Amino acid sequence: MGVTGTPTSIKQGSKTKGGIGESTLRPDGTLKVTGEFAYSSDMWHEDMLWGYTLRSTTAHAEIRSIDTAEALAMPGVYAVLTYDDLPTEVKNYGLEIQDTPVLAHGKVRHHGEPVAIVAADHPETARRAAAKIKVDYAELPVITDEASATAPDALLIHEGRDDHHIGHVPHPNIVHRQPIVRGDADEAAKRADVIVSGEYVFGMQDQAFLGPESGMAVPGEDGGVDLYVATQWLHSDLKQIAPVLGLPEEKVRMTLSGVGGAFGGREDISMQIHACLLALRTGKPVKIVYNRFESFFGHVHRHPAKLWYEHGATKDGKLTHMKCRIVLDGGAYASASPAVVGNASSLSAGPYVIDSVDIEAIALYTNNPPCGAMRGFGAVQACFAYEAQMDKLAAKLDMDPVEFRRLNAMEQGTLLPTGQPCDSPAPVAELLRRVKAMPLPPEQQWLAAGEQADVRALPGGLSNTTHGEGVVRGIGYAVGIKNVGFSEGFDDYSTARVRMEVINGEPVATVHTAMAEVGQGGVTVHAQIARTELGVTQVTINPADTQVGSAGSTSASRQTYVTGGAVKNTCENVREKVLEIGRAKFGSYHPAWATAELLLEGGKVVTDGGEVLADLVDVLEGESVDLELEWRHRPTEAFDLRTGQGNGHVQYSFAAHRAVVEVDTELGLVKVIELACAQDVGKALNPLSVVGQIQGGTTQGLGVAVMEEIIVDPKTAKVRNPSFTDYLIPTILDTPTIPVDVLELADEHAPYGLRGIGEAPTLSSTPAVLAAIRNATGLELNRTPVRPEHLTGT
Amino acid sequence: MRVNFTVNGRKQEADDVWEGESLLYVLRERMGLPGSKNACEQGECGSCTVRLDGVPVCACLVAAGQVEGREVVTVEGLADFAKQREEGCATGACGGTSLQQAQQWQARPSDKVADSQNGEGAELAPIQQAFIDAGAVQCGFCTPGLLVAADELLERNAEPSDADIREALSGNLCRCTGYEKILDAVRLAAARQDRQESGV
Repeated sequence: MGVTGTPTSIKQGSKTKGGIGESTLRPDGTLKVTGEFAYSSDMWHEDMLWGYTLRSTTAHAEIRSIDTAEALAMPGVYAVLTYDDLPTEVKNYGLEIQDTPVLAHGKVRHHGEPVAIVAADHPETARRAAAKIKVDYAELPVITDEASATAPDALLIHEGRDDHHIGHVPHPNIVHRQPIVRGDADEAAKRADVIVSGEYVFGMQDQAFLGPESGMAVPGEDGGVDLYVATQWLHSDLKQIAPVLGLPEEKVRMTLSGVGGAFGGREDISMQIHACLLALRTGKPVKIVYNRFESFFGHVHRHPAKLWYEHGATKDGKLTHMKCRIVLDGGAYASASPAVVGNASSLSAGPYVIDSVDIEAIALYTNNPPCGAMRGFGAVQACFAYEAQMDKLAAKLDMDPVEFRRLNAMEQGTLLPTGQPCDSPAPVAELLRRVKAMPLPPEQQWLAAGEQADVRALPGGLSNTTHGEGVVRGIGYAVGIKNVGFSEGFDDYSTARVRMEVINGEPVATVHTAMAEVGQGGVTVHAQIARTELGVTQVTINPADTQVGSAGSTSASRQTYVTGGAVKNTCENVREKVLEIGRAKFGSYHPAWATAELLLEGGKVVTDGGEVLADLVDVLEGESVDLELEWRHRPTEAFDLRTGQGNGHVQYSFAAHRAVVEVDTELGLVKVIELACAQDVGKALNPLSVVGQIQGGTTQGLGVAVMEEIIVDPKTAKVRNPSFTDYLIPTILDTPTIPVDVLELADEHAPYGLRGIGEAPTLSSTPAVLAAIRNATGLELNRTPVRPEHLTGT
Repeated sequence: MRVNFTVNGRKQEADDVWEGESLLYVLRERMGLPGSKNACEQGECGSCTVRLDGVPVCACLVAAGQVEGREVVTVEGLADFAKQREEGCATGACGGTSLQQAQQWQARPSDKVADSQNGEGAELAPIQQAFIDAGAVQCGFCTPGLLVAADELLERNAEPSDADIREALSGNLCRCTGYEKILDAVRLAAARQDRQESGV
């Protein structure tokens, strides 16, 4: 096909369907509803082996010896590996600090730490073999809180950290400390007419993604390994895996397999290195699938926290100052603790105007389970506390809690405690107004069906614990601020490869990134962006792997911003190349090729006035365009280690919630009736997915408000509830209606004006539920999750 | 031991099954049917829900030996199962597929081969289509179990109230969606079923 196809008549170009702003459906939806979508635990290989991990039964002990002989002798067992079998001098890994042993050496530092790994021909054989490994532990005292961790004679969780308390970290058992000082909080406190203070406790939450940690390592003929795994960031895994295996990165080929949710719990390595070690040792494909029990030990949790807050306000309701101290328990290994400290401190004042602050946040090393990333990342714990403080202040001033918040709400231009101005819309007051304006659910809904109460709608539900007597209603509000993307000077880039060509007579765009699709819908949005930018209907999203540059992590609400931005940027460059080809082929046929702004729309090259210049098929016939480009958002900078000042964040997102609860005051049972949310998303690239993210995040916040907590025995640091029988996440009966009001105020610095959305709803949901329960019961409730005994005083 | 049973209309036999193996393990690892998911393996999350002689069960709690001679329908067979039900029982009044009916039907290869990347062209049960359309699928790990449970609900209750839906799906955990869109999906499937039956 040549120049003969050039259009000579002028016709109107048609908008490409399925672009941004539409609720297009997931490209993987059909596979997921038919059971054909291959999750990491579904992989199967001829002649494969099953891996299993032996984990420590104690939280802190020296390992005197490990005897694997009996396990190795079992029929069906192919390999049993311990620390001694690691192939290189690199024996640790870690996201920020390489302090996590691949397999315990010398000692174990938390309950459930991997000690040995087994490969066998049946998963039960592997489990039984692991049970035959004899580990001789010499118990050490456990360090479980700030007092025991920072005592002058405290054992060091990590030897050789003596020199780490340079300046701002007062003890080697503190991973990181971030003070933030702005204004003079003591001086400002003198202007306060009321001062409230409180001590708050936030329990250890688990991501509890449904798809367990799993994957398969296949040894390659070149001595390398192919790893198929569910993760949040392929290239971060690769950087940690390759050195331990003693392989160059190009010999560790990683492909994302189906991910069954993540929420931060897959940022750290779990079974990746173990599967590779076993595959390389046995020469066979090795699959590892954690059961739920193991999954609770196999990933980091949300940092439990203790928070002390003091706020002051004048009698006309203006905040004067804030002081806070936040102690995050990071557990045995650092994971993402330094960054969590940065977030907790810099966002500790919440979305309010407070000129004078005195803030300190620290993360501890203890023998508790390691904690790291989870949706909301340090901002969640702070929001729980500062929102309780706002209600206390409002009550003391006899003001409406929403009005009090609106009076102090930050807006565009407000300086954060770090001195950084918020340079995009910050509709905090508007979100509060909107969420309050939503219609309330009718009173006594459980009577709505008729004379008899429908017990299914009451606290306790079908357990028939109440028929409505002793049930009181409460309403609570909360709002929060979350940073988007990686902060504090991190080089937060992403890479996208985009190819455009004609296949079967149709123009087709292929998008290849290493973005982990963990359920959030990135694959849907990338196709929408490519359609919008390139004017094609058909977009193929290639599987994510390490054959393309890093996409960064699917976390921090950053993927649509950063990898979406990378896809947009690469598409724009591809479009330019396509237009160059078009200009060369057809430029002489119409002056607009040289003079007008040209777009790709509906499979055609059109002018911004809608005049069609050519079919993309004709332009691309016999040619293709293929580009791989990196893309970065605006740079950020580190916080000063002593003052906390610095432009550390790139963008913020805001959500507000109103919770309506009913409480059975006799039995202490809570039923959340409704959790309404208003959130600013900048620009909703896919409204259906946006609402899904907001409702999902809201539910995780609800979970930690009333039921979710990993319970660690304070005497032994052992986990008491590693199962879905004992660690409760909300069911459909626990989860109320979640009406969502989406606001779209564009951030001019972001692609399409979008704002990261996934995390903000997790922040304010928890304090809103707590506020509603306080409103219903009159109790102070400074701890989450709220349990029946907290409500009944038993 | 050897276990003989019918899966999605096909007679199957599994050899060398260890006595402790669950139905879930046999389906996933021996039959090549990984659609039923392994999220908790102790009957708490419902991700492995299948129908055993028509009754929804957690496949992780069923010992493989217990299914000898019985009928299992997994998410992989759901579209065909729903189609057979529709054909055999167009009014929806006969309350499910009888054992005899189930034994008579065979899984039939689809005329269209489903697209290997996005599954386009696959024939779907109404509840499957409704989950896609309503945005009820995010990570999707809970989806197979929810689909089997929701399909069974709609089979016995064509017009479920929200309370009915919540009760029927209370054994299925979802961590991504907040359940709102799952409710939407079941309502949508019920409404479409109603429209179809009333000929609108």
